[in-house]
Amino acid sequence: MAHYNLQINGRAYEADVEADTPLLWVLRDNLGLVGTKYGCGIAQCGACTVHVNGAAVRSCTLPVSAAAKSKITTIEGLSANGDHPVQVAWNEVDVAQCGYCQAGQIMSASALLAKNPKPTGAEIDNAMNGNICRCGTYHRIHEAVALASSKLK
Amino acid sequence: MLNLLKTNRRNFLKITATAGGGLILGFNWSGADASTMGMINASDITGSGPAEAVDFNSYLAISPDNVITIFSPNPELGQNIKTSFPMIVAEELDADWSKVKVVQAALNAKKYERQLTGGSGAIPHSWERLRKAGATARYMLMEAAAKRWGVPSSTLKTNNGMVLNADGTSGLSYGELATEASAIQIPAEVKLKEIKDFKLIGTAVRNVDNPEMITGKPLFGMDFYREGMLFAMIQRPEAFGMKLKSVDSAAAKVMPGIIDIVTFRNNVAVVGKSTWQVNKARKLLKIEYEKEGNIESSSDHDRLFKELLESKEATVRRKDGDVDNAFKTAAKVITREYQCPFLSHSPMEPMNFFAHVRADGVELVGPSQTPEAARTETSKLLGIPPEQITLELTRLGGGFGRRLKTDYVTEAAELSSILKAPVKVIWTREDDMTGGSYRPAVRYRFDAALDTNGKLTGYKLRGVGINVGNATREDNFPSGAVDNLLIDSVEHKSPITTGAWRAPITNFLAFAEQAFLDEVAMAANQDPVKFRLDLLDKAKKSPVGAIKYDIDRMKGVIELAAEKSGWGTKKNLAQGFSVYFSHRTYVAQVAEVEMIKGNPVLQKIYAVADCGIVVNLSGAKQQVRGGVVDGIGHAFFSNLTFKDGAAEQKNFNTYRLIRMKEVPEIDVHFVNNGIDPTGLGEPALPPTGGAVANAIFKATGKRLYNQPFTKQEEMKGVRLGERL
Ligand code: FES
Ligand code: FES
Repeated sequence: MAHYNLQINGRAYEADVEADTPLLWVLRDNLGLVGTKYGCGIAQCGACTVHVNGAAVRSCTLPVSAAAKSKITTIEGLSANGDHPVQVAWNEVDVAQCGYCQAGQIMSASALLAKNPKPTGAEIDNAMNGNICRCGTYHRIHEAVALASSKLK
Repeated sequence: MLNLLKTNRRNFLKITATAGGGLILGFNWSGADASTMGMINASDITGSGPAEAVDFNSYLAISPDNVITIFSPNPELGQNIKTSFPMIVAEELDADWSKVKVVQAALNAKKYERQLTGGSGAIPHSWERLRKAGATARYMLMEAAAKRWGVPSSTLKTNNGMVLNADGTSGLSYGELATEASAIQIPAEVKLKEIKDFKLIGTAVRNVDNPEMITGKPLFGMDFYREGMLFAMIQRPEAFGMKLKSVDSAAAKVMPGIIDIVTFRNNVAVVGKSTWQVNKARKLLKIEYEKEGNIESSSDHDRLFKELLESKEATVRRKDGDVDNAFKTAAKVITREYQCPFLSHSPMEPMNFFAHVRADGVELVGPSQTPEAARTETSKLLGIPPEQITLELTRLGGGFGRRLKTDYVTEAAELSSILKAPVKVIWTREDDMTGGSYRPAVRYRFDAALDTNGKLTGYKLRGVGINVGNATREDNFPSGAVDNLLIDSVEHKSPITTGAWRAPITNFLAFAEQAFLDEVAMAANQDPVKFRLDLLDKAKKSPVGAIKYDIDRMKGVIELAAEKSGWGTKKNLAQGFSVYFSHRTYVAQVAEVEMIKGNPVLQKIYAVADCGIVVNLSGAKQQVRGGVVDGIGHAFFSNLTFKDGAAEQKNFNTYRLIRMKEVPEIDVHFVNNGIDPTGLGEPALPPTGGAVANAIFKATGKRLYNQPFTKQEEMKGVRLGERL
């Protein structure tokens, strides 16, 4: 067991966990931040995507020890009122089906737009290809990313 | 707690008003005729619903402050029931949708008819009942206004949550009238709206759970945590046909956070304080298994399929005319075989369930497509009466049929009863893929006899399935259109656990049949669309045996798909056609493959569905697109094979699902014919593989017979996506 001070969503959190515990399970089991989802555990599906210093990272394979000094953002902290342009677009396009993959999709999309506010269709495809949606909402995800991009000032 | 009082004959249930006022109309989501409708008056209408409600599983509540709450009892796994069912109630109520709140009802009432999700059956089952519930409340509100104004109710109108007087000059909101309406006698009969007067139904309404889903609120079973609960993972036999022999848990037991290691049935449960600790410790278990039944590999299935295709002991499913003679006298005979592999359901949310077995009862929380069955099975297993078991349903992170099974629920309950503690059992993705339940592999053989005019005179289909009973759907098209027809099936019983997978049987049968008919049309020298239409005309004029599909509706989707896709008019594109009726809905599809730099690329799919009235256009479009995407993904990529009884693919690195880059454009259309709605969760998937394979043939001259396509030689060079 080790003690970690974590910076998540602009707040300080503490956790006593083993060093190899993936950030995903610290968020979920220890900190009650369950918006970040488990889907595969091997960085294949993107359900667990969070931002680490602004970049989209699969938290299922990121040991907490490697995240301790970073600025972490989860879906809960993406915006104060669920009004990040990506979230607004997700609602307007009515993207979600079962919804389980969508937090990860939104985190991948928002990381993309932070880096590249006007992505081409192919750039959207590339950035989102690591996120599986078993319900097949890919068209709407694509549409929502493009819409969010158009909303950015 | 609410007080339910049974008032009279006809089973009305009525509640005397309590403080707070308002109107609560209880009805059965799946049985809202007058005999199962009643009024309840409660101070708290946003609570989890009355626990003693015996005959109701849904409630429509109108509070004095004008909030309309509809309690939804059905499992929500993305089929949009939680949005579309309340829309139906709100339509007949003439409510202002922006004032409607949808709340997931608690699942502790005693009766839940059709409280399951599967078989695309929810909408047809509930349509009329939901309409009556809304219309009944509207009637009562109008009567209340009539009383207040001292005018006959027949002079009044409603609009957008208001009752209006004859000339529309004054109005009362539903909220203002709700308490008075609760004193009105429930009518035995109510008039429903004319379809043409629908205002909400048929429009695109956003999912009521969007705000929670996009902000990461705890909605799913995986998100359920309870103070003091234990975490468990279960090691199940890694191969089907094996059973537990011995367990050495010494190394696992001393790992940090581990509380107990419990062996029950063939399971070894590692119980601890967190998911990760349990997951780590579990890898240190040393377990020996021994043989209990057949140990099968996919190569055994391949061999068995070929043997069973020749079996003399098939079960005849349908026989019309004289097939032997038709084939003896045929000018041309076409015989083709088609095979698909096992598939995993792989909903994004892996299996999980929370259970707390206490002396005074059992508490279950989690995602299930069949909560009632889960409760019954738990009751049987633990010997605890069902009344003492509550099951709180969470949102489901997908189902695809996997959560129709109750294994992962009863297992959690059994573990909790052994531990005498609250516990959540979590399946890893690997657990789900290796120890779950599968769409079984199947092989079909089709034979067609053509006469010298290219007329289809004989048709045979044999299905060889695994654990599915009848691997055919003998009454589907072209049955009824062919004079001489024989459909039979053979079943192999395997220890590999299988289960209903989205669009059971038809998910592959439709591909095989539609690919075959394309070849038959070609052999008969006819256009595939015209070939099907001619067969349907023949079935209409001189039906052979029973016809279990609606010929006109099938023709309707074929013709609309041909029109929308410009069938036969596009010179530079290869188009493939397919049409299928399943789960009460008709869907035709046209796939387009374009040659780009010498490679055939799947560019676009047109999908035309006849599901009767479309309730929620947004949800419906996504259901169809999602079904097509699923149809493409599983036809192209997904492949679960077995070696010595064990699944060879364990996670998404080796078990391929379709990804964003691979989806073509999908253009969805509905036939709007005013017929009562049928489901859309499944029927868009079956026709997809056939349309795509037929288009690939047009482009490359190569036929696909087996799935996954990507493993076939014929697929060389074929590309997906590049739609942008
Ligand atoms: S759970 Fe991390 S990528 Fe799938
Ligand atoms: S919405 Fe269900 S997995 Fe994406």
